[in-house]
Amino acid sequence: MSTLPPLPAEAEPDDTPPERPQGRAAARLLPPTRLTGPIPWVIAILIALVVIATAGGLALRNLATAASTGLSSAVSVQVIEPNPDLRGFRSAEAVRTLTAIPGVSAVRVVPEAELVAMLEPWLGEGARSGDVPIPALIDVELAGSAGPPEIARIEAALAAKVPGARVDAQGDFLRPVNDALAALQWLALGLVLLVALATAAAVWLAARNAFAAARETVEIMHLLGASGRQIAAVFLRDVLREAAAGALLGAGLGLAAVWLLGQQFAALGSGMVSGGGLMLADWLVIATVPLAGVLLALVTARITIALALKDML
Amino acid sequence: MSETLAEIVKFDNVGLRYGTDPEVLSNLSFTLYPGSFYFLTGASGAGKTSLLKMLYLAQAPSRGAIRMFGQDLVTMPRSRLPELRRRLGVVFQNFRLVPYLTAFDNVALPLRLAGADEKKVQRAVSDMLDWVGLAHRAHAVPPTMSGGEQQRVAIARAVIARPKMLIADEPTGNVDPDMALKLLRLFEALNNRVGTTVVVATHDVHLLKKVPDSLIMRLHKGQLSDPTGALRYPPRPGGSIGGGGAGGGGA
Repeated sequence: MSTLPPLPAEAEPDDTPPERPQGRAAARLLPPTRLTGPIPWVIAILIALVVIATAGGLALRNLATAASTGLSSAVSVQVIEPNPDLRGFRSAEAVRTLTAIPGVSAVRVVPEAELVAMLEPWLGEGARSGDVPIPALIDVELAGSAGPPEIARIEAALAAKVPGARVDAQGDFLRPVNDALAALQWLALGLVLLVALATAAAVWLAARNAFAAARETVEIMHLLGASGRQIAAVFLRDVLREAAAGALLGAGLGLAAVWLLGQQFAALGSGMVSGGGLMLADWLVIATVPLAGVLLALVTARITIALALKDML
Repeated sequence: MSETLAEIVKFDNVGLRYGTDPEVLSNLSFTLYPGSFYFLTGASGAGKTSLLKMLYLAQAPSRGAIRMFGQDLVTMPRSRLPELRRRLGVVFQNFRLVPYLTAFDNVALPLRLAGADEKKVQRAVSDMLDWVGLAHRAHAVPPTMSGGEQQRVAIARAVIARPKMLIADEPTGNVDPDMALKLLRLFEALNNRVGTTVVVATHDVHLLKKVPDSLIMRLHKGQLSDPTGALRYPPRPGGSIGGGGAGGGGA
């Protein structure tokens, strides 16, 4: 009765102290918990929202870039003259002057029929009757961008030879649209940040609750000599499983929503909207969203557990 | 005090209070030496469990100094506490088993936390469960076990890693007299053969007589007394348990 069973320390006294399990080995000290509770679902919803917001933001950026790129070097010159003969003469003079300006790569007089067709929806039959004088319109393509100095240079060149000519950078017409797109991009970024904060808060609450529910087990491990890293490893494993499951589901939901929205916009057949398509790099950025979500969950849980362990001796 | 006898634990004028309540333990000063066998007695509410909590590093003192294994607990970094805890074996009053681990895995936990080879863990835990008469319950989880069975699992877990000091809070409270004696013999064997310092808290006066070489510390209203000279050094003329001695300054 008084004999002790042989134990490792007695059986092999010369053994060097083993290395304490850390990381994945430490996580295996306790069996994993089942995936229960709302946290994977909450994370899934939040990740889906981030995926949609990110995709929306990137699409808006592409849209703005495509619109700006097409119009950044384009200039419109209007020859405003009610007399059709004089208007034709001044248009020809404007084309000659514009062609001679260094940096001008192309000059095209917009045919009157094309102008009439453009104005017809607003002016009706009046556009064809000639009762309403329509300015002559000249499209000018510059080798570089059409900034204020270039516009000023063209105005100066035309001023002497073509009275009443009006010069506009075509990009100016889209400035309010670009401003709106930029505001929407900031909105998308803000949404991503807010949802990221909500994800962190959800994980923080989940980790705190999980820690409170398992406090007895944690205390037992603590008193048996488990280090903070060993205890954290057990909980981080469970948080990782829940966050990964939620992120995977959320990414799937988000991508499905983005694809459906893409199909809807593509069906519009609008040239401007088609510029908002997502590129390969954009999809790669979107693919990092669930990974970032899992990373955020792990960091939040690690901090939460570290703070909770601080309360113990 | 002998310089050749390294102390395991030294309490110096230690007091403990919870919140702003009066002190539950006051002016505790004593030393525990390697290989000693102590009984800590006292009526319910005397502060036994509070004192044990400080011994197994679950509770910091409100005042005073504690040295354990040569380390000053007040000044040492918290990161080193797990290392000290792994030198202790603790039998908690309410067992504190992990409810969803089997008896086998509960007993194996200290060895696995220390990174022991799994083959050795399997053998050592099987032997230990066999010794405490629970080999047939190795795969049972605590909620399906009787109080006595849980207590034996808790004791097996406390001694499996051959601790330098074993602290047991009412370890025989839920077992029959035969098993109580058997468990006490296990503690004695650890004390005699491995040199483990044993501290057993009990209010069972009959138990004290079962270990004739033991020393008794008595707690009364948060103060220690030493009817067997446990708090003096040397504790008894020629007294030696497991090759060690015990004693220290009185309370």
